[in-house]
Amino acid sequence: MDNKPLTTDKHPSSIVSGPSSPALEIADLSGIATFQDSGRHGYNKFGVPTSGAMDWYAYQAANSLLNNPPNSAVIELGLGEITLRALRNTVIAVTGAGYEVENYIWIFPLWTSFYVRAGWTVRVKKTSGGNWAYIAIAGGFDSPIIMNSRSAYLRGGVGSALKVGGVLHSLAPAADLLKLAARDHTPLIPYSQTPTIEVIPAPQADWFTPEGIRTFYESEYTLSPSFDRMGYRLQGSPIEKVITKELISEGMTMGSIQIPADGQPIVMMADAPTAGGYPKIANVTRASLPLLAQCEAGVSKIRFREVTVEEAQRKTMDDRR
Amino acid sequence: MLKMLGDSAILIQLGDAIDPALNARVHALSALLQTSLAIIETVPAYCTVLVHYDPLATTYNQIKNLIEEKISLLDESTHRPSRRLEIPVLYGNASGPDLESVATTLALFPSELIRLHSEREYTVYMMGFTPGFPYLGILNEKLSLPRLSTPRTRVPAGSVAIAGSQTGIYPVDSPGGWHIIGHTPLKLFDPTSETPFLFSPGDTVKFIPDHGQ
Repeated sequence: MDNKPLTTDKHPSSIVSGPSSPALEIADLSGIATFQDSGRHGYNKFGVPTSGAMDWYAYQAANSLLNNPPNSAVIELGLGEITLRALRNTVIAVTGAGYEVENYIWIFPLWTSFYVRAGWTVRVKKTSGGNWAYIAIAGGFDSPIIMNSRSAYLRGGVGSALKVGGVLHSLAPAADLLKLAARDHTPLIPYSQTPTIEVIPAPQADWFTPEGIRTFYESEYTLSPSFDRMGYRLQGSPIEKVITKELISEGMTMGSIQIPADGQPIVMMADAPTAGGYPKIANVTRASLPLLAQCEAGVSKIRFREVTVEEAQRKTMDDRR
Repeated sequence: MLKMLGDSAILIQLGDAIDPALNARVHALSALLQTSLAIIETVPAYCTVLVHYDPLATTYNQIKNLIEEKISLLDESTHRPSRRLEIPVLYGNASGPDLESVATTLALFPSELIRLHSEREYTVYMMGFTPGFPYLGILNEKLSLPRLSTPRTRVPAGSVAIAGSQTGIYPVDSPGGWHIIGHTPLKLFDPTSETPFLFSPGDTVKFIPDHGQ
């Protein structure tokens, strides 16, 4: 039999590799920490989720603060804390929402880069108002490239969770370390605990009653505490369907909002299955995904607003600048 | 029919059924679209192709026009060269713990069940659920039965299973609600390999009963 690979990879930003050296050691860790990059593209058709950062905006900002190549791997920290010990002098940038950074004796806000001397410890501490922090290092982290990406997909056994005692390697920095330190970036994404999430109606939007559609756009939802990288389960007024037949499984993306029988929306996130069989009422726009990703369980009040694809694409362009 | 799925994907619906001819068109169109640099990836399913594109490089309307052009090139004679794979299977006993009970439910002898399962050529309609899982169809209707009422928490990798009008193989240890009738020693998913997947959507598959037991 002929087992030639039929994979293709056309992702715009190519993956950078090269000589690397030990940079940090994980001294302490709670929550979930993995390497993530801009995702694994070209493998959805084999059932492999795209993965990558939950908050693409914070991920990109962390790398650009350090002039790293756009597809560089960062540490994604979720719902916990990490303490890193520097094994050599380097520069680190931390972005995201719901954290603060302690470096040696200073406290830094997120969205900044700072110099770290060999032997110092950097702690990324949980505060409130978000879920995910992105820790980038000058040059980008080096880790095994699996199917053209450094993103971990733990459920599929692709990559692994970071552990205490682990030594993290980094590639050569883009510039002199001092030039990369003490920079900041003001996020253009309006992170909020009362976000309005913009969506585009999805293929099965007409499976719902006008009442169901109204419920979706006019009521408030909260995030269930059992959320993860795979999906965000929302809680609120149930959405009524008019068509109750079974959907033949079809492809879906990060941001697809499925409505199962109980009427409570589930938003597909970075590690979501590549295909699904629940009807989709709408799809979160790329520009709104970071906002939703950083919503706090039980706290954030989430509302949805319909936009056109033209409006959504214009906004994504603006956020990139 | 083209439907928007957010601002970076378009769902192409070619029909609304689980049908071999329709699915062949799906795979042909998916292969045609994959050659375009404007498209990041395509995901063929039973009767749809999902097209992922980069909204920073291309607009919805540009992708829509491209898709419409490719659909017009897709005539009935378009056939994607399909690979044919033969899969050795050890049926029954510890390899297929549900074989006996399924045979009883369907009022078949286990040997008949094995014959009915292995005599057909199947198509990989789509892949999903877990990395490398092939949805194979269509099963002989004599073998059609609902899923387990309580899914197993762990189905071993390599398990060959049936449910509804479909059969499939579990690529990795995972929970599962299909009836396990056999096992193949072949590895369906190896993330570290240059060729991580045994199957591709659109492949033709034939099960070969292993009588060496």
